[in-house]
Amino acid sequence: MEQAREAGLVVDEIDEYRVVHLAGDLDANEVGQIVDRYVVDPVDGWWVHRDDHEVPEGSILIETGVRPGVTDREAAELARVGSADGLRVRAAALGRRWIVRGAEDPTALAERVLHNDVVERHAFGPLPAAFTDPDATAPETITIDIGGLDDDALADLGRQRRLGLDELELSTIRSHFAFLGREATDAELEMLAQTWSEHCQHTTFRAEITIDDPSGERDGEVVDGLLKQFLRAATDTIAAPWVTSAFVDNAGLIEFEPGWDLAIKAETHNHPSALEPFGGANTGVGGVVRDILGVSARPIAVTDILCFGPTDTPADEVPDGVLHPRRIRAGVIDGVGDYGNKIGVPNIAGAIVHDPGYITTPLVFAGCLGVLPSGSHPTDAAPGDAIVVLGGAVGRDGVGGATFSSQTMGVETALVAGSSVQIGDPIVEKGLIDVVVAARDAGLYSAITDCGAGGLSSSVGEMGAELGCDVQLDDVPRKYPGLAPWEVWLSEAQERMVLACPDPAPVLALAERWAVDAAVIGTFSGDGRIVVRDGDETLIDLDAGFLHDGAPRRRLHATRPDRRRDPREPETFDAKTVLLDLLSHPSLRSNEDVVRTFDHEVLGGTVVRPYGGPEADGPADGTSVVPVGTSGERAAVIGIGVNARYGPIDPEAMAWAVIDEAIRNAVVAGADPDRIALLDNFSWGDPTDAATLGGLVEACRGCHDAAVHHGAPFVSGKDSLFNVYVMPDGTPDPVVPTLVITALGINSRPDRTPATGAVASGHDIWLVGPAAGALGGSHFDAVTGGDRGGAVPAPDRDARRRHRGVADAIAAGVVVSAHDLAEGGLAVAAAEWAHAGRIGVAIDIPGLRHPEIAFGEGPGRYLLEVRPDDAAVVGGLLPDAVRVGVTEPNGMLRLTDDGDPVVSVELDEIRLAYAGHVTAGAIA
Amino acid sequence: MKPSVLIPVAPGTNRDGDLAAAFELAGATPHVVPLSELRDGATDLADHQILAVPGGFSYGDALGAGRLFGLDLVNFFGETLQGAVAAGMPVIGICNGFQALVRHGILPGMLEVTATLGHNDSGRFECRWVNLVPTSASVWTDGLSEPLRCPVAHGEGRFITSDLGLVERADRVALRYGHADGSLAGEVYPTNPNGSEGDVAGVTDSTGRVLGLMPHPEDHVTERQDPLRGRHGAGGGTLGRCLPLFERGVAAVR
Repeated sequence: MEQAREAGLVVDEIDEYRVVHLAGDLDANEVGQIVDRYVVDPVDGWWVHRDDHEVPEGSILIETGVRPGVTDREAAELARVGSADGLRVRAAALGRRWIVRGAEDPTALAERVLHNDVVERHAFGPLPAAFTDPDATAPETITIDIGGLDDDALADLGRQRRLGLDELELSTIRSHFAFLGREATDAELEMLAQTWSEHCQHTTFRAEITIDDPSGERDGEVVDGLLKQFLRAATDTIAAPWVTSAFVDNAGLIEFEPGWDLAIKAETHNHPSALEPFGGANTGVGGVVRDILGVSARPIAVTDILCFGPTDTPADEVPDGVLHPRRIRAGVIDGVGDYGNKIGVPNIAGAIVHDPGYITTPLVFAGCLGVLPSGSHPTDAAPGDAIVVLGGAVGRDGVGGATFSSQTMGVETALVAGSSVQIGDPIVEKGLIDVVVAARDAGLYSAITDCGAGGLSSSVGEMGAELGCDVQLDDVPRKYPGLAPWEVWLSEAQERMVLACPDPAPVLALAERWAVDAAVIGTFSGDGRIVVRDGDETLIDLDAGFLHDGAPRRRLHATRPDRRRDPREPETFDAKTVLLDLLSHPSLRSNEDVVRTFDHEVLGGTVVRPYGGPEADGPADGTSVVPVGTSGERAAVIGIGVNARYGPIDPEAMAWAVIDEAIRNAVVAGADPDRIALLDNFSWGDPTDAATLGGLVEACRGCHDAAVHHGAPFVSGKDSLFNVYVMPDGTPDPVVPTLVITALGINSRPDRTPATGAVASGHDIWLVGPAAGALGGSHFDAVTGGDRGGAVPAPDRDARRRHRGVADAIAAGVVVSAHDLAEGGLAVAAAEWAHAGRIGVAIDIPGLRHPEIAFGEGPGRYLLEVRPDDAAVVGGLLPDAVRVGVTEPNGMLRLTDDGDPVVSVELDEIRLAYAGHVTAGAIA
Repeated sequence: MKPSVLIPVAPGTNRDGDLAAAFELAGATPHVVPLSELRDGATDLADHQILAVPGGFSYGDALGAGRLFGLDLVNFFGETLQGAVAAGMPVIGICNGFQALVRHGILPGMLEVTATLGHNDSGRFECRWVNLVPTSASVWTDGLSEPLRCPVAHGEGRFITSDLGLVERADRVALRYGHADGSLAGEVYPTNPNGSEGDVAGVTDSTGRVLGLMPHPEDHVTERQDPLRGRHGAGGGTLGRCLPLFERGVAAVR
């Protein structure tokens, strides 16, 4: 009802019922038994046959259910128990029945509220069960004489099969098969397209880019690959001895403590989440957890950074083919929580950003942290090793994920891409964790990787990149019959890992113990050829060298964006109103209601939670966990940096800003700033557009320079490009260029971690870093009428020294509590901090009446709570920190300018605003 | 010799490690065993002194949280479990394990009362710290007077019964949601996080040896797990750590 109302639909009443379909030779007695035992709750449940269910006069009936083949764990369990103990259920399926009274537009209700056509169906009346056809026959393999196609026919082939390859790539494939003198199978073309996709090969990040900068110093500069010249270069320059593995594997690895390493990775899952928010986010978490398993680590925490359009966007401003931001947000949050909670990995860090630039292209960044014994991740498959597939069987629900996510989206995407979006099954993946960790500890495999986008094609193909492989496709477990051979090879079924095993028997036994499906599907051959057989036929026979290194390098042009450096006019404003509007801004206000739907306690290692203080409702900066199995004396710390407002103005400065934010968040949680590893996650528009690419180049440049400045190497990353929605009239609507930085640090003294929120009155407040910040791209502008020019925070080459000083003060045990200055600057930080601790805060700074000081944003700034006795220690460690105030027992936040009141507000008012109970001013 | 704790896990169980760690700290030897081994007879309940049914999402909560796990317990243990309890074996079921024990019928273990754990009043999964006020004797809570603090993390934890008065008069309510000072939540959210009648967080059976509860005491057994660490003022009362609960269960079989 609430969702219908939010969607602007008129309806009086909606009643929801479950529909259970049972197939099999069942009598009424048996049906009753099954329902009583498994379906309804004996205390408060009831049931009738569907045909006997009365629909009241004046109401209409709508039924919804998943499409055949879409993952439905509950139906599978019902089929399992219904076919045991002498019961004769052959198949089960579930659906929902909605009895709706007073709906003005039932079709809109069904389509916009009750179901999502991408993975579900609906009917105005009884809907047939989603049983898969047990007798379906598989389509034959098709061969294509690609060598004989002219340019137009070649381009048509690429479009029809949605291969996502450009002209040069297609013609390279054509020449290859012309040279071989044979036709290509559909499976070979699909495998090449998947392997060469942006998603798998980072085509853009490896491309040679020529910069066009007519009036500037970079005109004609050639970038030898963004990854190589900027991101990896920073890591190489820093050459940190504690980085165990960077960029080469499924996740980055760093040393944690003697005997243990940490693994970290973050992924984007933007395209699927736009179409099927729950499933997209759900499988996003599942995918990144598998990345961590793919480096033999045990997952110990997940993170989520989510970017949505404003939830109050009028329905008529949401283009056709796009789900409303409110619906996307709700589905994504459910999907993130469902997977993490069920798999038993705590969700400890994240952010939710709202901006109109995300209406058509929402972003979902999912991260995962893992732990493994040092040196326990084998990467040396040998000829003759068996290829073992572990986990979920193959279905049609994930075909073409890699190529799909490397293309732009438009109205028809939701119609044709349904098969690229999946629903996850976290229970299967929980089993994978148990089996992989046990197999690792017993030394049962010689190499491992996860099945991500591109399915077996991608995982087996990558593992066999040098050795080659020989696979018998008939041995691959399937969910149901009827899959074309190329679909079996390419389908991105979730919850699957591939292992190379000298002896598969003990791994198969482990899998059986933990009730995980496993199968041997072939061997790594050693002859450098990727061979896949379907029965007696050869489905694929490709040279591994051509497959992995044969793609031509893209050459791209970029236009360097102008950097905005114009000055701003002085302005007048009411500081208290601005502060309360900022606190209730959708991107700044409390997400506690969301975070509480995520389990952040499971595994028992959580030290700093996302929300802290006496009422557990104040925002923490960084968060931390003690990894399972380690000494318990150290904690792994996560800090996140993201900003949606700086990128369009100055992408290079944005990179500096978000790296600083991630680092200072980690520092507040006790991390040593000289031992921080970074992840980069870019979500950008169409890189073949020179201006879009120009921004990306500058952001990467900023990443390099800031990482080197901070001595914080990148260890892994992931880019998502083509985040562009093609509007119904054909105009492209690109995403706000967005960079998410994840910082991974180590806290060697968890007992000295500063508290979240001020702790006691009578303590001193110190400001670290400049009092004034920048207002260009600020949230101050966002709540006071929109962008009014000016530069965004400039790179600050003194920030590293301040991070070090704060960390030293924390290590010395003199920082009672701390909070960083971020969106909304000093005033917002002070308000959150006072609110979190339920302690009054009084701060006096000359000039505080100016918005640059009250609300300006900038790097390397902190507020510290220090006992008066410890002033000398703090002063010694932070020579330019200033004592700016005191904590008070009065329940007030008081900000003054040389004694003149600027803001005086009760903590209760702050609490209400922060909880979103104040109508924000105009959101730009 | 340390008492041995059997911790059975179904597909989707995920707090078995937390529970094992808590029992280890309490001086026992935990054995985490997949249900497949119980089914095959490779593991026998009689070889252990304590049964601890852990939390998680057994079978993905399909067909109701704890339902299929509870049926497994009936199928694999059947009357052995009733016999073991009658012979003095302490049993604890936490969260999903509690749901399974209720579905199994062993809790609250009264023929005249039916009970279940319904969806939270809030309609969603919630993870937050709560205070647990001990309100009746069980070997697990014997002598505990100060409230315990630990997190809840569930979507189906609202204790519903056909007759709460009967359950209360039979002294089966072992733990209730309340405040740090020991006063009860009065069914007010979020102190009572799920809307349980009578603030019931945990119940016991007629012997006091079987305890089931929704919150996770196994996630507050050390100081570093405490979110209020660094905020306890001098003389600020109880730390609320839950290790004593496990120590009592272990002590009962020494």
